[in-house]
Amino acid sequence: MTVNDIKKLLDAKILCGEEYAEREVHTACGSDMMSDVLAFVKDQSVLLTGLCNPQAVRTAEMMDIVCIVFVRGKMPDESIIELAEEREIVLMSTDMRMFPACGILYENGLRGGVDN
Amino acid sequence: MSDTIKLHYTVSPDDFTRAGEASGDVKSKLKKMGVSPEAVRKVAIAMYEGEINMVIHADGGDIDVEISEDDITMILADKGPGIADIEKAMQAGWSTAPDNIRSLGFGAGMGLPNMKKYSDDMKIETELGVGTTVTMKVNM
Repeated sequence: MTVNDIKKLLDAKILCGEEYAEREVHTACGSDMMSDVLAFVKDQSVLLTGLCNPQAVRTAEMMDIVCIVFVRGKMPDESIIELAEEREIVLMSTDMRMFPACGILYENGLRGGVDN
Repeated sequence: MSDTIKLHYTVSPDDFTRAGEASGDVKSKLKKMGVSPEAVRKVAIAMYEGEINMVIHADGGDIDVEISEDDITMILADKGPGIADIEKAMQAGWSTAPDNIRSLGFGAGMGLPNMKKYSDDMKIETELGVGTTVTMKVNM
């Protein structure tokens, strides 16, 4: 699945990183708690979160996460978008809530990507 | 890379938006040096959790990073309240972070467990009312 596929499936709007839309995404995780995200290393992952602050981008940076989807219509401010642009991380926003957003991606073949 | 490379960072207190700057900088430096992606990620995550802890619990502090041929050592020193019960602090899910921190995405009680998980060696020296020094090592 590509970043662009995720955008279409979640009816999301890309806020930055449009040029990386064809990047492959292999795994996903959904959480508002960043330490829970940091607990499991995943490969080329997308992060779904309702946390709309710079630490969502920092967490993605440390984990090599390729894309962040803000759920529940959350919109990051300009400073967050700038940080993501510098780090080459795609940001998008969807009106969907966390559960259906994760469900749709799972249904379309994306998995959690951790053994334990 | 024969000589040890030393880096120093000051973590500013109460500036949650900037927490992670030091870890991000170390990450990009290690990447440029050609360190393996796995080691880079371990260092980045362990140090980032430590940096967040310093902002949440200890009014910031100092981080020294030493990069040698064999390993990367991170020394995180603060003059915060100290850790009363290290055993509890190491338990996943146990947290003393205030509620407002949870709305910022942290305080789930995973900080120290994650730091231990991603470092190959971790040592905590702490004294109540004096401060805490965490030393973490990641092998190349």
